[in-house]
Amino acid sequence: MSDPAFQPLVWLILLPLGWSTLAFALGPGRGAWTAIAGLATQLWLAFMLAVKVGAGGTAHAGPDSPMGTAVTHQVGGWGAPLGIDLAVDGLSAAMLLLTQSVALPLAVYARSYFKTGDPAGVWFWPLMGFLIAGLNALFVSADLFNIYVTLELVGLAAVALVAAGGGAQQVAAALRYLFATLVGSGAYLLGVALLYGTYGTVSIATLMPLVSADAPRLVWIAGGLMVAGLMLKTALFPFHFWLPPAHGGAPAPVSALLSALVVKASFYLILRLWLGPLQALLPAFAWLLAALGAAAIFWGSWQAIHAVKLKRLIAYSTVAQLGYLFLIFPLLTHPAALKAGVMQIFAHGLAKAGMFAAAGVMIKATGQDTVAGLAGTVERLPVTLFAFGLAGMTLMGLPPSSGFLAKWQIIEAALAQGHWIIAVVALAGGLLAAVYVFRVLRQAFLLAPEGAMAGGVAAVPRALEWSAFALAAASVVLGLRGVELMQLLGAGA
Amino acid sequence: MTGGLLFALTGVVLFAMGVAGVVLIGHLLRRILAFNLMGSGAFLVLVGLAQRNDVPDPVPQAMVLTGIVVAVAATALALALARKLHALTGHLELPEDADE
Repeated sequence: MSDPAFQPLVWLILLPLGWSTLAFALGPGRGAWTAIAGLATQLWLAFMLAVKVGAGGTAHAGPDSPMGTAVTHQVGGWGAPLGIDLAVDGLSAAMLLLTQSVALPLAVYARSYFKTGDPAGVWFWPLMGFLIAGLNALFVSADLFNIYVTLELVGLAAVALVAAGGGAQQVAAALRYLFATLVGSGAYLLGVALLYGTYGTVSIATLMPLVSADAPRLVWIAGGLMVAGLMLKTALFPFHFWLPPAHGGAPAPVSALLSALVVKASFYLILRLWLGPLQALLPAFAWLLAALGAAAIFWGSWQAIHAVKLKRLIAYSTVAQLGYLFLIFPLLTHPAALKAGVMQIFAHGLAKAGMFAAAGVMIKATGQDTVAGLAGTVERLPVTLFAFGLAGMTLMGLPPSSGFLAKWQIIEAALAQGHWIIAVVALAGGLLAAVYVFRVLRQAFLLAPEGAMAGGVAAVPRALEWSAFALAAASVVLGLRGVELMQLLGAGA
Repeated sequence: MTGGLLFALTGVVLFAMGVAGVVLIGHLLRRILAFNLMGSGAFLVLVGLAQRNDVPDPVPQAMVLTGIVVAVAATALALALARKLHALTGHLELPEDADE
């Protein structure tokens, strides 16, 4: 790119900061349209960036560009180690694309959701903007310390969004989430400090050749601390305790943002670190991560099957689906494993955003957040139920959804290396997902008992139903366009 | 033992005390203080380990300054939430999760 003023990756951070500040200046509850316009532009920018990275563009890439990436940028013209380097490779470009394409339909959804003077929506737009800016900055960061700062930005914005509901339960859930996220990033920072003390650099690219399997014990401790902190932030079993109250108690658009994107950010970092600088240490941790992932699948599904509240059910389903992401670590020598992980990030991101959005519609319509209260809703909310079903299809891993592609590739990689136990866990998780998805659908298709529906089903704006549907449908359709995404992953890596 | 290493070891002890505080203490104000102790421990390690030849390294000092800004923001948010919880429930401790 010859014109330095047009760098998509810089504008992907500046734009959300701009529209969130504008939304804050406009006052409580305002700024929805600036947010939607900003997000639409960002989606276009992310798409341009993905095309450029996919084509192997070499803009600004010096001979020693970080991570061997296709697109890099030095903030303010100061290069590392004094300045901050930003870098985008195939994996980052894919994450940027996912973030914008989940956030845009959710913004359309949230505009209708918070229309009725909901106190929870007062500061939604500025906070959402800061969250998206933090996420985008995280995905393009090329050094470990900058990643720490962006992790904290994302964490603080997410906590504030959870607390926005204003009830005692929500504030308590936000505080619990805040302490979990602060301990997580504290452990990560201590790991960074130990790495800096050993090697004198935090640049991912410079660290890459330095760390080997016979590294000093301090480096192993640093790796352990960093991965433990990020596991806490990703809510991997048994560190998931903060997730169900936070994601289950927040307003539906917030739950969707958190479940679809925020937990993925810390997982992306685990992937980035353990495929990059800490690769030599990975074999020692891989099976531990996979075992915790398997436990998360079973525990999360079990809790989802028994949840009374609808959003609790979906939140526990997130715990279970995050488990799949960790199954790939022992398989990474097989090329299908990384593809499976990224496909699962996309599948779950789109499907879970759609599912929380659909749940929000049902809760608005029936006035209660219980699975039992859904009886008879199918007649009034066919589009929403269809959206819920499509998202459920992706979570179960039925063809042709993207969830099917993800699970297929996990199983393929597992069988190719003789680790049949992982294939069994992946299949069992799909069956358990079917149990809790059909539990909701069965209830919705039941005839409502006499008198129970006295208040009837309240009318909901069409934009709510259709934006939920768009997200859920995208998670299924992506299964048909998976090849392009997989090609992008290989680029610039 | 050099001065830098002494700082780093102190930092590790402070960090461990801070984590224990955040995890074990019920009172919200004390938990927030424990989090600050934890952060300061990590900063001490960052600055202490980096000056092994008794020549201060400016890069980690810049990082710690950034880290302090982040910690102040996090503390402010935690205090605001704790005040809100106190106003709503009259307690400065987290209630049991209602849906479990």
